[in-house]
Amino acid sequence: MASSTAIPIRLVPASRGRQFGEGLPSGDLEAPIISNGRLAVLILLAGETMLFAGFIGAFLVYKLSAPFWPPPGLPRLPIEITWANTFVLLASGVTMNLAVRAVRRNRIARLRLLLGITALLGAIFLAVQGSEWIGLIAHGLRLSSGTYGATFYTLIGLHGFHVLCAVVWLMAVFAAALLGRLSAFRRSAVEICAIYWYFVCAVWPVLFYLVYF
Amino acid sequence: MSTARAEVPGAGSTGRPQPGFVRRCIFSTDHKTIGKQFLFMALFMMAIGGAMAMLMRWELAFPETPVPLMSWVPEPYMYGGAIPPNTYNSMFTMHATIMIFFVIMPILVGCFGNFLIPLMIGARDMAFPVLNMLSFWVGAIAAVILLASFFVTGGPAAAGWTSYAPLSAVPIYTGVDWGQNLWCISLIVLGISSLMGSINYITTIINMRTRGMTFFRLPLIIWALFITAILLLFALPVLSTALVLLLFDRLAGTHFFLPQGGGEPLLWQHLFWFFGHPEVYIMILPAMGIASEVISTFSRKPIFGYHAMAYAMGAIAFLSWIVWGHHMFQSGMNPALGSGFMITTMIIGVPSAIKVFNWLGTIYKGNIHYTAAMMNALAFVAMFIIGGLSGIFMACTPVDMYIHDTYFIVAHIHYVLFGGSLFAFFAGLIYWFPKMFGRMMNETLAKVHFWITLVAFNCTFFPMHILGMNGHMRRIYNPLQYDFLKPLQPINIFISISAFVLGAAQFILLANIIWSMAKGKRAGANPWRANSLEWTTSSPPVHGNWDGPLPVVHHGPYEYSSPFGEEDYLPQNVETPAKAAVAG
Repeated sequence: MASSTAIPIRLVPASRGRQFGEGLPSGDLEAPIISNGRLAVLILLAGETMLFAGFIGAFLVYKLSAPFWPPPGLPRLPIEITWANTFVLLASGVTMNLAVRAVRRNRIARLRLLLGITALLGAIFLAVQGSEWIGLIAHGLRLSSGTYGATFYTLIGLHGFHVLCAVVWLMAVFAAALLGRLSAFRRSAVEICAIYWYFVCAVWPVLFYLVYF
Repeated sequence: MSTARAEVPGAGSTGRPQPGFVRRCIFSTDHKTIGKQFLFMALFMMAIGGAMAMLMRWELAFPETPVPLMSWVPEPYMYGGAIPPNTYNSMFTMHATIMIFFVIMPILVGCFGNFLIPLMIGARDMAFPVLNMLSFWVGAIAAVILLASFFVTGGPAAAGWTSYAPLSAVPIYTGVDWGQNLWCISLIVLGISSLMGSINYITTIINMRTRGMTFFRLPLIIWALFITAILLLFALPVLSTALVLLLFDRLAGTHFFLPQGGGEPLLWQHLFWFFGHPEVYIMILPAMGIASEVISTFSRKPIFGYHAMAYAMGAIAFLSWIVWGHHMFQSGMNPALGSGFMITTMIIGVPSAIKVFNWLGTIYKGNIHYTAAMMNALAFVAMFIIGGLSGIFMACTPVDMYIHDTYFIVAHIHYVLFGGSLFAFFAGLIYWFPKMFGRMMNETLAKVHFWITLVAFNCTFFPMHILGMNGHMRRIYNPLQYDFLKPLQPINIFISISAFVLGAAQFILLANIIWSMAKGKRAGANPWRANSLEWTTSSPPVHGNWDGPLPVVHHGPYEYSSPFGEEDYLPQNVETPAKAAVAG
């Protein structure tokens, strides 16, 4: 089991041998600037950005062309609890970053703790969102309540689905950390998952501002 | 071999046992097998899409008369062989959907992309072989979902391949219920498949190039596939957005595209064409790449203006994002916006013309070998010019107002997609067939197929320009119901007969593929005396692509008739003799 011996950052090469997501070795003698796994997740995020851009674009078309937004007679969105929830999600981004720093220094016990906290924060975010939805449905805001309800549930739901995927992914990384499969030498699984996690955190404030205000 | 770089597990040279049949032929992670799987899937779908085109042509030539040999089709689809209007709507919808998403994209991007990228950049496989396998199987699931829609109540989608809302958003408008839902789901699933593919292609091309293979030594088809993958990556999520919203409208009672609930029907068109216009370049850029390879090889000349070709593709890709409104001149969009889209669209003519002139420059004073592959590539250039010129007509708002949604449009898209993409596919298939299957395609059969296809193709689609200029509507079921279209009926009959010949000619291609796979002349490693890296390994290449170490690249891929070599070609992995002499 890897001990938590501190290894100074930058002394550990990013990739040595085959790691998760590293693919097959190329004929190049030099390792690529960005490893395959990291490049792939960045490309994926480029596509995801377009998906969110499509949904946000559609949302703005409705919001900006409506005479009243939110339309009269429909419940307002709960701002205070969502502010708190925003901080929960942003905090998870910080703990994720601390987890990446921990694995770079080979502090495995700290890594496990931080990954666990991050996943928990993600789960709390989802739970609060879920309870918010239940409340809104009870107050009569539904998918079929005009474009206001429809865009709220699809856009926020799209983000929620991404958080859910990120939590599941993070749980897999967490399990790998618990099984002792991660170390400063085998850390790309954490780093790649972190990139996705940051994306999910970074999209949220944009949605929060556009949808709730 | 350097110890830092372990050999690939399962490579031919390691002496490991070959994987079993299932791992080798069905759930294979070998990019070459996956490429062939895409090819066979696309050929299968092409037969279905083609058959529907034949039925449509029968209906247009001999409206509401029973189609011969089709009386066995059960009632809601056909009545004793006669095609009812709703089946006709489904047919043109599914013909286009199948041909675009399940034939041209799988062939050009799936088949040639998978097969060629690792071989031409000098890699043993894709960056993510398992993801690559998933990409094919997810694509196959999408195809099954689409085909399943033929068997649900109400039949398959019938709102056109563009599925404009609100026509597509309310089941009773077309009489199609789950057909349209499955259409949406199928394309969402296909989008996931394409996303996986494009992640793989981009990563592989950036990270897995062999030593010496700089970006400007890449063959142009690799440039084309690289740019295509980027277009796919950015375009398909926008289509997915539109499809998800449409599905919500149909299933969950939302009103995204329905005016009565505050929805915006025009938004569908914006989202669809924001995807749709890059999509047409997704379908032509790889074809341009194939033409560049084939024309250079068989002219025995370096490609004219290599850098200009690469930059032109980049420019086309960039411009493709800011032209989507030219599909919507009639939609009630702000006319000032229309002028902007007209200008950006016409600007695309510039990089396209650069490419055409560079192909002509390549042929000029070349030592042209009229092989079947070369003939198809030349036909690609010629047909693409016709399709491109009719595109300029349509880009012009005042002209487009007149010809919008007429057969002129049908003529244009078939000149670029059949005359362009499919002729390039024929060229690429004949050219890389020896590398794929280890045997040459029969040259005589290929030439017979080429000539019949070329003549029948032009007889089919050129008269459609005339129909369109006379006001023949694009998606009309029975042209005889309008008096002003009755005098044009002989043209329709001529087109249909040509189309039947065109369809029948494809059996020659099919026979050639099957015969050549089994009995074709065995091919050596480099039957065309070409330069790029795939010709430096055996035909078909071993698992892991090269038996020994990976080739090292010394120069670009188009060094034909080089004064430095003794032969008239200089493979990329051979050091330039003059340079070697200086170094030695």
